[in-house]
Amino acid sequence: MYSFKPSEEQQMLIDAIKRYAMDDLRAAAREAEEEGHLPADLVEKGWELGYLQASTPEAYDGFGERSAVTGALALEELAYGDLAGAMAVMTPALFATPILLAGSEAQKKAYIPPVIEMEWKPFTAALMEQKFDFDPNDLTTTATIEGDTIVINGEKSYVPYAADAEAMLVYANLNGATQAVIVPKETTGVAIGERQKLLGLNALPFYTVSFQNVHIPLENRLGGTEGHDFAQIVAASNVALAAMAIGVSSAALDYAIEYAKDRDVFGVKVAQKQAIAFMIAEMGTTIEAIRLLVWEAAWMIDEGKPDSSKQAYLALSGAMDAVMMVTDRAVQILGGHGYIREHPVEMWMRNGRGFAAFNGLAIV
Amino acid sequence: MIDFETPKPIEQLNNVVETVAVNMMRPVSREMDEKEHAIPWDFINFMHTAVKSMGGTSMTPDSDKSKKDGEEKHPPIGYQRLAHMVEMLAWGDAGMYLCIPGGMLGSAAVAASGTPEQKKRFLSRFMGEKPVFDAMAMTEPQAGSDTSAIRSSAVLDEATNEWVLNGEKIFVTAGQKALIESDGFVVVWATIDPAAGRGGMRSFVVEAGTPGCKVTKQEHKLGIRASDTVSIVFQDCRIPFENILGSPTVEKSTKGFKGAMATFDATRPIIASQAVGIARATVELIKEELAKNGVEIRYGLPRQKLTSLERDVIDMEVMLRSAWLLTLKSLWMADNKIHNPKEASMAKVYAGDIVVKITQKAVELLGPLGYTRELLLEKWFRDAKITDLYEGTGQINRMVVARNMLGYRGSQLR
Ligand SMILES: Cc1cc2nc3c(=O)[nH]c(=O)nc-3n(C[C@H](O)[C@H](O)[C@H](O)COP(=O)(O)OP(=O)(O)OC[C@H]3O[C@@H](n4cnc5c(N)ncnc54)[C@H](O)[C@@H]3O)c2cc1C
Repeated sequence: MYSFKPSEEQQMLIDAIKRYAMDDLRAAAREAEEEGHLPADLVEKGWELGYLQASTPEAYDGFGERSAVTGALALEELAYGDLAGAMAVMTPALFATPILLAGSEAQKKAYIPPVIEMEWKPFTAALMEQKFDFDPNDLTTTATIEGDTIVINGEKSYVPYAADAEAMLVYANLNGATQAVIVPKETTGVAIGERQKLLGLNALPFYTVSFQNVHIPLENRLGGTEGHDFAQIVAASNVALAAMAIGVSSAALDYAIEYAKDRDVFGVKVAQKQAIAFMIAEMGTTIEAIRLLVWEAAWMIDEGKPDSSKQAYLALSGAMDAVMMVTDRAVQILGGHGYIREHPVEMWMRNGRGFAAFNGLAIV
Repeated sequence: MIDFETPKPIEQLNNVVETVAVNMMRPVSREMDEKEHAIPWDFINFMHTAVKSMGGTSMTPDSDKSKKDGEEKHPPIGYQRLAHMVEMLAWGDAGMYLCIPGGMLGSAAVAASGTPEQKKRFLSRFMGEKPVFDAMAMTEPQAGSDTSAIRSSAVLDEATNEWVLNGEKIFVTAGQKALIESDGFVVVWATIDPAAGRGGMRSFVVEAGTPGCKVTKQEHKLGIRASDTVSIVFQDCRIPFENILGSPTVEKSTKGFKGAMATFDATRPIIASQAVGIARATVELIKEELAKNGVEIRYGLPRQKLTSLERDVIDMEVMLRSAWLLTLKSLWMADNKIHNPKEASMAKVYAGDIVVKITQKAVELLGPLGYTRELLLEKWFRDAKITDLYEGTGQINRMVVARNMLGYRGSQLR
């Protein structure tokens, strides 16, 4: 039976996140972007909303079940407030959720409770690499099995909070397949590089990290010695990023509408000009259409449908185009004022472009 | 609870409709297109029998027959079911779909705003031996998008208690079949008080064989050629007083007109369903042709590694699926009595856009093969465009969406 209505519980979560996203994340976003820093108490407050805790089963000290649909709803709202803040709050999920999805029982028991029990701590993951045609299924970083250890070699980028990380999941190429390895803090051979300077997301600390003959016990291979299926992690990440792209789009649209209804040109409001109104109609229509695609992909993941990976890929493909189109138009609708950093639309346009590059920077 | 599972009854019906589309439509699709004004009687007679045996005018959205006692606990899915049927039939052939008896905009208007009396009088004919057709005539030579500019008039002759209609209507879908080929009817929009603007606009049922009502022209079109599109002239055409739909007195308000607009909340997503049907046919064909030639779409690769061809196909799939979901959502709202004019127009705008993009791109991608009439692709390219035109052009529907998003009245954005 089709239904397009979130459950009551989901709606309550959405409302709570929306308040935080607007009152806290949005309010702090510009300063955070300019200063290159997100205040710890801001991130902690978002963490305490308990989204990750609520999507972790009791067996691992959480109090709920994972749902990609709920995740998509939550991440859209967070990103509606501010993308950098949203990603910061959810960084520990980059470590915990893949373990929940694909880890061995022992790994779940050992690694998940410390993440979700405590205050926000920088548990993180390293997937991306600095090359134009980066492909999560064809990594340059290698893993080789030598007896009962795994040896990692390579260079990662876009690793959030790497400098302070408690532990990280490192993805590497093991005989042609991407596999994750749990790498504890202060492992020999792991070197944190410079903080990266990017087109957007400047509030969020991203680092390059290099791995030189890093020896990790084989039991730290995600899923245990036999490994795991990487595809489901990619799908969960694609849906998460797509949902966030919808959140950014939606923020830009609402801001543009408010501005266009207020500003006078040639004796009428900007919004009364068809050239503008039609752009707004298309922005709203596209967001609504692609949002449903994201929801469906999330729903397929939850239902274990065979095509969920493909659908998640399509959803992100649609969402990355939508967010670029919508944020660009939001700047256009504000005219020259859209180009000035007093308004957030230029930042959203920069953040929006990022979805073409982001891989694995969020997960549901 | 968000749910994308196709309801079982819809899935079952879908299988049946697919058989019809595959066996009764596709094999004659090309022929009906080439013969332009020929009528696909075999298909029509088949559909007539099938629809009758299914218990009635299932093509008319709001047949409240489906509500039996004890069904309460299932949320209504009438419009969603209709969307699936229309999508599948348009996948079969968008022009032939428009030839299905008893399921067009005329009967929808009667169903939406007729009295129980009128519904019985006008709708029962669809259940007879022979197929009967209906049509809706709003557009005039000088009045298309701007429906307030219609000039056709209806004057009450108190002596005989008859309405006297005068004027010309154009682009009436299925007008030929409704008035000439069967004992059908046309729902005609006319003004009972030219000074009252939209407040004076009413719709009237004009039955086949009424003196003074004449089909004067059949259009030759870009696509949907199996469907007739005619001009109708009314010259002192007299119809019984009871043939007016809605109130016979002029009101300050535009309630009558708004009633007509409200039916758009269901019919626009139905047009969107047609668009999605054509789009799906196209995407399936493209993928088949590519597969035959050993081209595989590598989902999951970063864009930088995809070929341009793969990117195009992936874009098509994104557009197709999101358009369908948007359409379904707008009709799910209609089924659940949630006010949906914004979503209905969004579905129409988006689906009308994407089917045009998809079919145009598909002809491009298949090169010399795409351009021939050996495949149905070039036909779908022609058929697709109508969905961006009728039931409100893309522009008119963008305006509806924008007004709803901005909270504007008609006077603030026109
Ligand atoms: C095959 C076919 C079947 C049809 N079937 C029916 C039928 O059964 N019954 C019926 O009543 N009608 C029918 N129509 C008519 C159809 O609904 C109209 O053609 C349509 O509403 C557009 O009107 P028009 O052709 O007069 O274009 P116009 O209204 O003249 O529009 C011309 C252009 O101007 C744009 N435009 C108009 N107003 C605005 C505005 N305010 N702002 C911005 N742009 C604007 C339009 O989008 C369009 O691009 C049919 C048409 C066709 C082609």
